[in-house]
Amino acid sequence: MNPELKTNLKAIWGRAYVRVVGANREPSWIVSETVLPVLAVAAYVYVYRALNPDPLFTSLVILGGAMSAYWMNILWSMAMQFYWEKEMGNLDLYMIAPISRMSILLGMAAGGFFFATLRAIAIFVLGIILFQAEFVVTSVWKLFLLFFLSMFALYGMGMLFSSIFMLFGRGAWQTSTLFQEPIYLLGGFYYPVKTLGAAVAALGSLLPITLGLDGMRQLTLKSGKTLGFLSVETEILILVGMSVVFLLAAYYSLLFMERLGKKEGKLSLRWQ
Amino acid sequence: MKDLAGLDYINLRMGSWLGWQIETNWTNLWVYGLYSLARPIASTLILVLIFLVVPQGKLEHPLFVYTYIGNAFFMYVYMVLFGISWVIHEDREHYQMLKYVFIAPRKMYYYLAGRGVAKLAITTFSVLVTLAFGIWVLKIPVDLTEVNYLALGSGLFLGLLCIAALGVILAALSMVTAHHSFYLTEGIAGLFYLISGAIYPIDVLPGWLQTLAQAFPLTYWIELIRRSMNVPLQSQVLSVYSWQELFLVLLISTLVLLIASHYIYRIFERISVKYGLVDRLTNY
Repeated sequence: MNPELKTNLKAIWGRAYVRVVGANREPSWIVSETVLPVLAVAAYVYVYRALNPDPLFTSLVILGGAMSAYWMNILWSMAMQFYWEKEMGNLDLYMIAPISRMSILLGMAAGGFFFATLRAIAIFVLGIILFQAEFVVTSVWKLFLLFFLSMFALYGMGMLFSSIFMLFGRGAWQTSTLFQEPIYLLGGFYYPVKTLGAAVAALGSLLPITLGLDGMRQLTLKSGKTLGFLSVETEILILVGMSVVFLLAAYYSLLFMERLGKKEGKLSLRWQ
Repeated sequence: MKDLAGLDYINLRMGSWLGWQIETNWTNLWVYGLYSLARPIASTLILVLIFLVVPQGKLEHPLFVYTYIGNAFFMYVYMVLFGISWVIHEDREHYQMLKYVFIAPRKMYYYLAGRGVAKLAITTFSVLVTLAFGIWVLKIPVDLTEVNYLALGSGLFLGLLCIAALGVILAALSMVTAHHSFYLTEGIAGLFYLISGAIYPIDVLPGWLQTLAQAFPLTYWIELIRRSMNVPLQSQVLSVYSWQELFLVLLISTLVLLIASHYIYRIFERISVKYGLVDRLTNY
């Protein structure tokens, strides 16, 4: 194997390994990543139940809650990560290491995806057990395709954010916070995005997770296409485009931000 | 008890000042004002849309005002709880100065509470804007001339003390957990959101969760706030209490929590010093 490729593959594995093994050394993740997220989602289930006992709304919330795990991961473990690394003094080491910075980002994405998936599965399974959420899959292959395309595009977006956040000062934390509830609102995590109206839903669809979630609801809920914003086929096509665009944008943005950071001497600037 | 009685006002004041600077001086005040409104307005609009999406819903539904007021005041729980407990991770892992705060000749307990005061000020602004938005834009039926301001003011004060005590307990737990326990704080806030009946009557919860809700002080706090604002009763379970009884339950539980938080904090502080956790970095 090409030695350069081998080194980069090792870098990807190494960065992912730290996340998976590091977290497993702290048993508190079992509570914080599995049980507690379900509780936050449960509150929305009970609001719907107080208004209407139709189990459709329970399933809708559970699916949105499960997918919110990925968005949280993108914000706090991808977008913020290079900023954190800079603040901790690790970014300098990444910069002088003989590897592509994209390998570090891919490793972070792989490790983060692993944990976000655990969280999503916990919400999904506990949602079915505790709240009798009902899912009827109409097309398994379309569901898998939609999910993985959403993830490619979403983690591509996370890598793009990571390179941008790298040069942020203390505002990085606040910016991430700003992308939490407002994105839950725009992305239709707890109601069909269609409810927002065509213009706002289209704006929300700039986020891959909005389209992924909308399509997954159409493929797994008894309401089928009636609550959908766009057809599943259209969403798949848009997600393919988004995956390519975000990954390329992340690559070039990383090069640009690295150059800018070196020029302005911000790559090792901490606590500003 | 001597420690508990001896309030460290200087540390409380310095913690508040530092908290305010950290929270706000990364940008100008206008941007900060917009930023501090984005999250509460978004979470409020999520609830509005939930009411609109359900066929039996609509904003005239009697439950809407109940949900709206509960959600508005619950912001204090999330922000103050988070504001206090996150200090441990922020100071330990980000600014890496928790060890210096530890060895300073002041009480850490009041430093933490002081950091919560800054969040309190910011959250008050968000709550007021949310209430104004509800009353003037969404036309929720709250008559400001009919509000029982005595019950509202005293209830709010006690509730905030109660939240601060819970925040210190969570901060104590954060001392022995890794950075990823950011999710722990989010999750605990989610648990409180679930059992406090902030956005629905606790009657819709299953029996065991209702029992848990009735043992939780903030359930009474949110109900007291709603009563003081003349929001129509929705919970059969809590309707048996007058506002004075709700106040009494809140008073007793707050006192118990304040004392408990002091001792719980000291226990976890000792554990973190013993096992060398005060300056560890777990930010992977």
